[in-house]
Amino acid sequence: MSDTSFTFPRFAPNDGVIEAATAALGARLIEARTCVGEIALHVERASLVETMRILRDELAYQQLMEIAGVDYPDRAERFEVVYCLLSVTKNHRIRVHVGTDEVQPVPSVTGLWPVAGWLEREVFDMYGVLFEGNADLRRILTDYGFRGHPQRKDFPLTGYVELRYSETHKRVVYEPVKLAQDFRSFEFMSPWEGADYILPGDEKVSPTEPGAPSPAPAKKDAEPVEAKAPPPTPKTTDTPAETGAGAAANAAAAKPRAAARPKAATSKDTGGKK
Amino acid sequence: MSDIRAYPEAGTDVPPGQGVTDAPASPDVLIQNYTINFGPQHPAAHGVLRMVMELDGEIVERVDPHVGLLHRGTEKLIEYKTYLQALPYFDRLDYCSPLGMEHSYVLAIEKLLQLEVPLRAQYLRVLFAELTRICNHMLNIGSHVMDVGAMTPNLWLFEIREDCLNFFERASGARMHAAWFRPGGVHQDVPLKLLTDIGDWLDTRLPRLFEDAVSLFADNRIFKQRNVDVGVVSKEDALAWGFSGPMIRAAGIPWDIRKAQPYDVYDRMDFEVPVGTKGDCYDRIMVRIEEVRQSARIMKQCLNEMPEGPVASLDRKVVPPKRGEMKRSMEALIHHFKLYTEGFHVPAGDVYVATESPKGEFGVYLVSDGSNKPYRCKIRPTAFSHLQAMDFMMKGHMLADTTAILSAIDVVFGECDR
Repeated sequence: MSDTSFTFPRFAPNDGVIEAATAALGARLIEARTCVGEIALHVERASLVETMRILRDELAYQQLMEIAGVDYPDRAERFEVVYCLLSVTKNHRIRVHVGTDEVQPVPSVTGLWPVAGWLEREVFDMYGVLFEGNADLRRILTDYGFRGHPQRKDFPLTGYVELRYSETHKRVVYEPVKLAQDFRSFEFMSPWEGADYILPGDEKVSPTEPGAPSPAPAKKDAEPVEAKAPPPTPKTTDTPAETGAGAAANAAAAKPRAAARPKAATSKDTGGKK
Repeated sequence: MSDIRAYPEAGTDVPPGQGVTDAPASPDVLIQNYTINFGPQHPAAHGVLRMVMELDGEIVERVDPHVGLLHRGTEKLIEYKTYLQALPYFDRLDYCSPLGMEHSYVLAIEKLLQLEVPLRAQYLRVLFAELTRICNHMLNIGSHVMDVGAMTPNLWLFEIREDCLNFFERASGARMHAAWFRPGGVHQDVPLKLLTDIGDWLDTRLPRLFEDAVSLFADNRIFKQRNVDVGVVSKEDALAWGFSGPMIRAAGIPWDIRKAQPYDVYDRMDFEVPVGTKGDCYDRIMVRIEEVRQSARIMKQCLNEMPEGPVASLDRKVVPPKRGEMKRSMEALIHHFKLYTEGFHVPAGDVYVATESPKGEFGVYLVSDGSNKPYRCKIRPTAFSHLQAMDFMMKGHMLADTTAILSAIDVVFGECDR
């Protein structure tokens, strides 16, 4: 008897499950993959209901345990809706993945499993994924009158509004979030193991011209390595008129910016001080 | 809806002297359905549940539960924390069975890491997961009994719950939010005296207190009148509505993840799965009562069989070293520093891991992008599906049955709303 072993729930082996699913689903199945012993089926969105009916009635996945949304902003169809199915007769679990975006609705499976009603409502609430055929697609977890879809990757962790009880108004009031200190996102990834940002204070390390006093070797032929630009500040004005600047300033601002970039003069300055 | 109208419609001509104000109500003129608010602040709502109920007299026609009043954005917060920092959030989901919540999460991480765990750690986890189950059922059985009118059993069962919390405190330092299960094992070993005390407690105090309390209500006439044939759910409905745990077992389906898909060392445990016959509220509470006895049985086996050895994986890229080791070894110091700042990296992939929490199937769908933070951590709460079924379970029942059905679901809003 070994004194260590794997711990995770051990359900029935995957033997033949992908083959059976491929045979039963045919062209509806885009891709079947296995990740650490779990089978995930990526299927067509349009025929989702029929796919699920086949999985439930022919392959005996009787229970829909969970619908999870995932946001991949880099993809063309940014959202993925993941259905976790359970077979209590075959003692097996399987996942069904469907891709979608903000506007294209996913067919609702409430006709197959009534439990999908709330699960789809939650995905709609958190991601804004629409479900065609869900008769009750209201928000479920967020506040009454909430705006936005908080689980999207571009929704800030702090949200946009906060509420408090106002002694003057004698009621709860909503206000824009005011942070007592800047939101700090601690990033502890090793800079030499794949983190794609420049450490604070290291901006000057990347040499902008050969011969600069930097630990990096100066290459004459290579393109100068530029520090990664800081994230763009939030846009606060929409029209040029709102900036308060006149027409002349607007014209100057409209010129291409490349020529205006200042030359790196740091090497001379710091050298002089020393 | 009744189509008989109590009051004349606006605009219809009412002869003077026969209007609403001064006409005596005639016997055949009556009732509209009316809508009431149950909660969000109600002692029997088990937290913050608001239910909009449409009543016909005292018969419930429709229930629309509004959840989310305790939504704290746990899943969003987890995406901004390292894997280890995210662990304590799980204690705060179902705060009545904190270790049951942690269990799914650590198993999901271990599955992605393909990490092996020492046997003693697995035994300790099973021991305390079952203690959590007892602790949870004490609260649920007690409050259920109180919701249908009995006071004393609740007080007696809270004695047992207090014992459980003391055991948690002696193992982890915290009574409720233990944060004791860690990826790779458990945080600290337990003293031998704690194990012997748990053994004594299982032999003497638990059965005496528990059986005494149960004997007060199990065959009580009023208790049965309030629970038998209330909220009956068939096998088919239980499957379609995503039931799990005691709810699906009470409906007659012998489904227990500990048996069917054993995790940790549950495959070595000898226990039985209680199953209901009618699927009503009485079956649900009886299933839970028998589960407490079976949990005690599992705990005794754990105590008998638990081997000596490390309580966490010795893989120093995942599990931090002990403090004594850090004082002597530079490498251990580096590992400690790296694990508590950067954390460990989990290979890219996605898993759905579900365990049998005291309330049912508690699952974690974990997506990793290979970094030190979860890309997505979807929590599958048990109460969410059960609460959704309130509408069809309540249909046609009396208003007073609401509390019985709600208690038998065993809902905790920290977990339902996340």
